[in-house]
Amino acid sequence: MKILVSVKRVADFNVKVRVKADGSGVDIANVKMSMNPFDEIAVEQAVRLKEAGAATEIVAVSLGVRQCQETLRTALAMGADRAILVESNTELQPLAVAKLLQALVAKESPDLVIMGKQAIDDDCNQTGQMLAALLNWPQATFASKVSVAAGKAVVTREIDGGLETLSMTLPALITTDLRLNEPRYATLPNIMKAKKKPLETVAPEALGVDVTPRLITVKVQEPPKRKGGEIVVDVAQLVHKLRNEAKVI
Amino acid sequence: MSVLVLAEHDNVALKSATLNTVSAAAKLDRQVVVLVAGHQCAGAAESAARIEGVTKVLVADATHYAHPLAENLANLVVTLVQGHTHILAPATTSGKNVMPRVAALLDVAQISDIVAIESADTFVRPIYAGNVLATVRSTDAVKVITVRTTGFAAAPRTGGTAIVEAVRAAPDSGLTAFESQEVTKSDRPELTAARIVVSGGRGLGSGDNFKILEPLADKLNAALGASRAAVDSGFVPNDYQVGQTGKIVAPDLYIAVGISGAIQHLAGMKDSKVIVAINKDAEAPIFQVADYGLVADLFQAVPELLQELDKP
Repeated sequence: MKILVSVKRVADFNVKVRVKADGSGVDIANVKMSMNPFDEIAVEQAVRLKEAGAATEIVAVSLGVRQCQETLRTALAMGADRAILVESNTELQPLAVAKLLQALVAKESPDLVIMGKQAIDDDCNQTGQMLAALLNWPQATFASKVSVAAGKAVVTREIDGGLETLSMTLPALITTDLRLNEPRYATLPNIMKAKKKPLETVAPEALGVDVTPRLITVKVQEPPKRKGGEIVVDVAQLVHKLRNEAKVI
Repeated sequence: MSVLVLAEHDNVALKSATLNTVSAAAKLDRQVVVLVAGHQCAGAAESAARIEGVTKVLVADATHYAHPLAENLANLVVTLVQGHTHILAPATTSGKNVMPRVAALLDVAQISDIVAIESADTFVRPIYAGNVLATVRSTDAVKVITVRTTGFAAAPRTGGTAIVEAVRAAPDSGLTAFESQEVTKSDRPELTAARIVVSGGRGLGSGDNFKILEPLADKLNAALGASRAAVDSGFVPNDYQVGQTGKIVAPDLYIAVGISGAIQHLAGMKDSKVIVAINKDAEAPIFQVADYGLVADLFQAVPELLQELDKP
């Protein structure tokens, strides 16, 4: 069984990003970049399926600027076998990414695609569902438990009310939630080995996909700041203030 | 032309997030059509028809809509798109599961989590865990949108007299099968709709200790929430999680107990009207957003708080 896993290069989750002075976008020129945390979980799940003997090959894909190669090297160091970079300097929105991945799925014929449920930069939470739609595949989003056997996947999903379990025949698409697994750190020997693993680069045009953005960013701004409050001396004062000042209880 | 809203329901009753989504729809058009896809869902459909501002309810009743499977719902919605300029769903786990699929089938972008409507094609949505607000304009013919419920007031549950019309179900895709669900049962208000939320974090230390918050929540008729740390540690189930990738809440009063205040948690609650933080670490970032901070050991402060609330 072959697994395709997608990884996005995003501003590290610890970075507090700033809006550019002209409001045209977010300034990520000099910030630390990392693999999207949900995508780390996706890679980890693929590697675990391979370690358990359920998968034979893992192909990692990233889409974006040349530096996404670093993100792919991380995926390779975690255990992916080879990597594909769809290189583009255009802003790639979820629909365009889904179409590019659809083209790669047609070439690679994976049995399973695993993706992060959401990228922590644009917070869209769309691409996996879109790819599943384009492929007319079953989808299991927000997965917290995955088992794959005999051409079937059984996936437990985190939903607003609790948990839901679905089953589906492969090929299928899964997006990961936080509690699916705890991703491993790449070890130094594996980082060295990853440098020798194959990494292929393709252009969106070669995949026959029009990546023109459908959404135009008019402006970005910081939300109004919350004013700092006060420190109360004790519980009695807290309750007094909630009753008489804030009037919320 | 009109706006189509995909209702969220359990066949019997509507989920409150649908009410906020109807409010958003009403800002776009006077014609608001609500689609109730379910099985034996007449109860939910009747409730939808009574919501103020709803002009028509479409009901698709079939066994394969008994559970909201994304494949079947998306295939149904695309058969009904004609005559609608916008298709809206609440930005809940269900709406987020279905709407990108709808958008891809229509070959349009999906706009996630809108918090404001500037015009028929321009919307405001948070990015980077709510640290940035982006104003985006859609160039697509149909706008497929998920609505962050905290951005729009709930439409009144009564006052509407919409007509109810049955629509033909789309064929069962057969792609996924529902196996089971474990829904957390609680008599407390729904987390995303509660007027008061009491949330616990890593500082509680264990699932048993977390129970210290229950009498407080009961006293205040509050919902219980949690930080990611508390959920990851297994103190409480996943559906308690408030934050960037969990639930987004904006109650009148949010009481954060033993929560340090990582930006990912703040993303889920910083639009609350009044925030109270109880934490023994005076340096915890939660105090920077709290209206009232109490630097104290929560295991003393919470029982004290209960006692104090009993006093007139």
